[in-house]
Amino acid sequence: MNYRGVLAIYKFEMARTWRTVWQSIVSPVLSTALYFIVFGAAIGSRIDEIDGISYGSFIVPGLIMLSLLTQSVSNASFGIYFPRFSGTIYEILSAPVSYFEVVLGYVGAAATKSIILGVIILATAGFFVDLQVQHPFLMFGFLVLTSVTFSLLGFIIGIWAEGFEKLQVVPLLVITPLTFLGGTFYSISMLPPLWQQISLINPVVYLISGFRWSFYGQGDVNIWVSIAFSFGFLFACLAVIAWIFKTGYKLRP
Amino acid sequence: MRMQPVIEIKGLAKTYDDGFQALKSVDLEISKGEIFALLGPNGAGKTTLISIVCGIVNASAGSVAVAGYDIKTDYRKTRAMIGLVPQELTTEAFESVWDTITFSRGLFGKPKDPAYLEQLLKDLSLFDKKDSKIMTLSGGMKRRVLIAKALSHEPEVLFLDEPTAGVDVELRKDMWNVVSRLRDNGVTIILTTHYIEEAEMMADRIGVIRRGEIILVEDKKALMHKLGEKQLKIHLHNKLDAVPSKLASRNLSLSDDGMTLGYTYDTTSERTGITSLLSELNDADIRFRDIETTQRSLEDIFVGLVHEEREQ
Repeated sequence: MNYRGVLAIYKFEMARTWRTVWQSIVSPVLSTALYFIVFGAAIGSRIDEIDGISYGSFIVPGLIMLSLLTQSVSNASFGIYFPRFSGTIYEILSAPVSYFEVVLGYVGAAATKSIILGVIILATAGFFVDLQVQHPFLMFGFLVLTSVTFSLLGFIIGIWAEGFEKLQVVPLLVITPLTFLGGTFYSISMLPPLWQQISLINPVVYLISGFRWSFYGQGDVNIWVSIAFSFGFLFACLAVIAWIFKTGYKLRP
Repeated sequence: MRMQPVIEIKGLAKTYDDGFQALKSVDLEISKGEIFALLGPNGAGKTTLISIVCGIVNASAGSVAVAGYDIKTDYRKTRAMIGLVPQELTTEAFESVWDTITFSRGLFGKPKDPAYLEQLLKDLSLFDKKDSKIMTLSGGMKRRVLIAKALSHEPEVLFLDEPTAGVDVELRKDMWNVVSRLRDNGVTIILTTHYIEEAEMMADRIGVIRRGEIILVEDKKALMHKLGEKQLKIHLHNKLDAVPSKLASRNLSLSDDGMTLGYTYDTTSERTGITSLLSELNDADIRFRDIETTQRSLEDIFVGLVHEEREQ
């Protein structure tokens, strides 16, 4: 195991995060704070409690998930795409690091950033709404698991993409809509029965529901289903990455 | 005597997914501590060959061993030994020079050694730029950064892919200084170029690659010896049917039209035999109109090979 190599990639990526702190940390925190002001304080005060939780508090887990998902994907995808685009990937490919170590460096850094972001947003939320976390370990577990899984997904997208547009397509056109429709701002049970059934196809529903369960002890689906789903998605991403590396797909011709 | 090979390439072939056959079947051995120049026209397969040895491209067939280790099964060992300066100026943009070479050293698994890196930057006249962002540097400076990155992990084998393409005189001088110092330390250097003078000046051995095949590998000395050979052409007044028997010991050649005698001699030897040949011709009453001498240069060989390719 080339620990120094992994650490070099990890540090390099984290340095990029601090260099772009406005884009990578400040801007997602600000936009989440705006959601709290608009939906939590302004409109939320006129919305009934959902399952006994004030609306402002209800949306906290969903908003954290929204940031985690989009930021993990866009950060991890950019991290590996940019060296491909600029050509500096030659150095990674010619270095004595295994694929596993490359993933560990890039995805580790992207996930770390997402976790930091999630914690900051959580703390920010505390300023605006009443927060209670019934299952803190489970909550943190979900935070880490989701960050890692979606950073892996981002890594896959960064290898698949051939241009900056493709890089943006998935976070903007897939993940954001799925998150909005996945129960960030409402409980699935508020939907008509047909739409409830359709919503269950949306994988993000399971993530948000599980995360919300760790806060308030209730969710749209059973907590075990959420946990199983989260791990299932993690393994699916790992499988795709294993395939990419086995075939050298778009990395080693 | 040649030393044991540090790189052993056997039957190496590469066909890209689009069907382009970049390497046909390359066999090549590079000895430890030598400077090997790989010459060839664009698209001959130079970069593909280097990329396979360095681990950037997967081979379709054949094997490569570096210091006896296979590049696939023992890639950690082989890659740690190799430094690569790529042809393109592919650098990070926002990193400082110091950060990028520290990164490279760590990536290759070497412990920190600021003193070594500092000396490296000084050798490449980069030290005063160590805190500059790479994007602010000129092209020549970026090339130096790439060399510093490649040397940051103290490689035993250095690949320089077209190192002097678009490089100013000063950098060229600095670079050759670094190269000769590396050679003194026993580093093996493989460079690709299409400048023949460069190969002549620096290399111990020269290989020529064309259409994915190595068509010539020769010690530079042997090659220079060939270059030392000249041909004397004697244009005759009267047609000869055959080389006169008196001159048989001279190994003369007679052109098809019988109007020109050819004589190959070595300019580096003590006696070229030209004076005696001319007096022998005189004795044999062979009169000539004109004499000319021609020399084959490496350039001629090279151009001839490339030309041959176009005709095929």
